[in-house]
Order: sequence, then structure tokens, then C-alpha cells
Amino acid sequence: MSDIAIIDYGAGNLRSVNNAIVRLGYQVEISNQAEDILQAKAVVFPGVGAAGDTMATLKNLGLVQVIHRLVTEGRPLLGICIGLQVLYSGTEEGGWYDCLDIIKGKVKKLPAGPKVPHMGWNQVKTKKAHFLFEGIPDGSNFYFVHSYYGEPEDKTLVLAETEYGITFASAVGRGNLAAVQFHPERSGDLGLQVYDNFFNFAGIKKK
Amino acid sequence: MLTKRIIPCLDVKGGRVVKGVKFKSHRDAGDPVELAAFYNEEGADELVFYDITASSDERPIMLEVVKRTANKVFIPLTVGGGLRTVEDMHRMLEAGADKVSINTAAVLRPELISEGAKRFGNQCIVLGMDARRVAGSDPVRWEVFTHTGADGGHSAGIDAIKWACRAVDLGAGEIVVNSIDADGTKAGYDLELLRSISESVTVPVVASGGAGKPEDLYQALVAGKADAVLAASIFHFGTYSIRETKEYLSQKGIPVRF
Repeated sequence: MSDIAIIDYGAGNLRSVNNAIVRLGYQVEISNQAEDILQAKAVVFPGVGAAGDTMATLKNLGLVQVIHRLVTEGRPLLGICIGLQVLYSGTEEGGWYDCLDIIKGKVKKLPAGPKVPHMGWNQVKTKKAHFLFEGIPDGSNFYFVHSYYGEPEDKTLVLAETEYGITFASAVGRGNLAAVQFHPERSGDLGLQVYDNFFNFAGIKKK
Repeated sequence: MLTKRIIPCLDVKGGRVVKGVKFKSHRDAGDPVELAAFYNEEGADELVFYDITASSDERPIMLEVVKRTANKVFIPLTVGGGLRTVEDMHRMLEAGADKVSINTAAVLRPELISEGAKRFGNQCIVLGMDARRVAGSDPVRWEVFTHTGADGGHSAGIDAIKWACRAVDLGAGEIVVNSIDADGTKAGYDLELLRSISESVTVPVVASGGAGKPEDLYQALVAGKADAVLAASIFHFGTYSIRETKEYLSQKGIPVRF
């Protein structure tokens, strides 16, 4: 049991996310057990790879209901990369996969033209004041690596946008739920700041 | 818009950086983790470690280096050198690497690329390629070389452009193109090679081999159409700092991260 739980469904960036949070001085554990996730003060939902595979794994591990419960109970939840994409209604990656439908909207492929995946540091332009970007200059660079992006139907959920061929929502939020397309654990000091802001908001003290 | 990436790369042998680095401070110039931290502070966008340890019993040392680096530095890390199996890749990724780079092993068994991509995702798999101009070819052609260690390696008898395309089809998410002709010369990258590959594949291309001054990096990114540049000696010997280099590039209109 821990203040912060990272949902473990075998995602590749688990360790990096864990390292970043440990580095900041928080108590954190990696778990796929409902009781650990549900008792944590804040939950991080990491992810790399394909959304379709992720959904299948979440279903197999019985984590779909857990995530829904976190959201309906208004528990602080931070989604990262695929952890953002699966919050949407569905993804076009691999044809079509239904996702968690926590945020209405579709996940689509980045248009051809520029290189895919979108890989590297790009500017995140904030659309409104939000706890996630507290103290972070508007237009700061964060590290992205993805080929798909989510498009929320409700534009008021967009916290920040990034340009890559098109302008897409690089961060979304609603209440205690926040999710980012970039990888804060790979984005140097500003990335660590995003984690810090999230945990501060959730009222979690460092060890 | 997406910035161009400047990536220092280090050769690591037995857990120590080969050819060291000229530090102006007290830091241990031979410790890859110290160097990683230094370059991160200097503004490196990513890091690459090549494990040039010859013997397999020293491989666990590299895993330790990667673990320690991952605990300290929070920018993407790519590790390459001697990775031959999916298990090798898995160990590196588990230790904290974000991407793994495969070269000779992929030429010998291309399925390794798709096996890795399937298990870990395309974005984790970098194809490293050493290419050399075919003397007298017109139009110019390049062939792929393998086992490019101390003895220069030998031709795999494959066309470099074709190999790049095939690797991407198999699932490589990024290609690092190293020009054997240019490597170590400090006379610039092989721009035609870079451009030819960049125009042939839809994944990011990283220029490697030949940087002597910031202008070389500029050319690689513009004329060479590379998405990122790897540089070793230009940074290691303190000739140019990453910051100076980025300032130069920015002044010339290249989007870079500060």
C-alpha cells in the first residue's frame, strides 16, 4: 500500500515513471491489484505501445472496472501516452478498438507528411491555467513518441496543444483526471515538475 | 513544432567511457553516469551508449551502468552494442533504456527487428547502420557493413537504402545512419547518404559519423534532411559545447530545445 500507485499492466515505461517519482521523493508502488490502486491517494496510468493491446491486457487483468471506479469516485488519476489514449471512446489504431470511453472522442493516426512516429521534443502550449502546468512556462518542450493522437469532443477538456502537421490536444483534464500525450518521465526537469504538480494537487507529501 | 535533436553518444567498455571526455571540472571523465548527467545539464536531447565490451561476461556491467543512469537522468536513453537477441533487448529495456539499437545482429537475422518491434513496440527499436560508398558508383550507391569494430568490418553485400526500407517495413522505429567514410574525419557527415535514406523512409533518421563543427550538424539537418544528429568527439573533447552548438543552429533557423 502506498500514497501513489502506478498501474502495472506490463507497460514499457513503468520503470522510468517509477524512477521519476522516487527521484522526486514520493512513496510509490507499482501494482495491478485493485486494493493497492483504489487506496492510493493518486494513481498514475503509464503506457507505451499499442492501445488495442493495452485494452486487451487491462481487461484480462480486471483493471477496466478499477479505472472506471477511480474516475467515478473523482480520485486523482494521471494518464501518460497510451494511458491517455485508452481513456478515449476508441482508437483507429489496428482498425478500431473500443477503449474506456472516459473521455468522449476518437484516437486517430497522425497525418502522413512529417515523419512518424512523432518523436522528440515539441512545444506544449497551454490553453488555460491548470495545476498540471503550474510554474511551467507556456510553450515548453516535452518529449513525445507516438503515432496516434486523441481528439476530445468536448474542447473545454483541452489543457494544452502541440503542433505536428496538425494541432492536437497534448494534455486533457477534467476534475481530478489529467492525461498527457508526452512522457513527463523522459522530459527532464520540466517533466518531473509535471509529476510534482500532480501529486501536490492530490495533497501528497514527500517522504 | 518538433525540434531537431542533438544527441551525444558514448562508447562504453567495461563500465567506463572510452576516450574519456575533457571536463573542466572535478568530475570523473570516465564514468558514463557522470557524463550522462553532465550532458543532460548541458542540454542534450537524448543520450546514446554503445557497449563496445568485447566479452559477454562483462555485459552485466553495462546493465548496471544503464540502471544507474536511468535513476539519475530523465531524458531518453538508447543503448546499443552487441545486442543479439530479444532477451538482450529486454534486459536493456528493463534496466532503464528507452530504445535499443541493433546493427550487425539485424543484418544477420532481420527477423530480430520484427520480433523486437512486436514485443516492445516499434518506437523502442533503432536500426543502426554502417554504410560505405561503393567506389566509382554512378549514380552513387552505398553498401552496408557489419562487424565494424576495430578492424573496419566487412561488406554485407546489401544496398544501404534498400536495407533501411526493409528494416522500417520490419518494424524499426528509427534509423541511425553511420557513414564509414566520414566517421572520425571531422570533415562532416555524408549528406547524400543521409538525404537518400531520409527521403526513402517515413521514420526519423539520425545522422552519425563525421561531425567536426556545428556547421556540420546544420548541414546534416538541412541538406542531409536528418531529424537528429549524434556526435561524439565534437562534444567529448570540449571543442564545442552542446549549448554553443544549439545556439548556432537556432541562429540559423533550426528549431532546437533550450
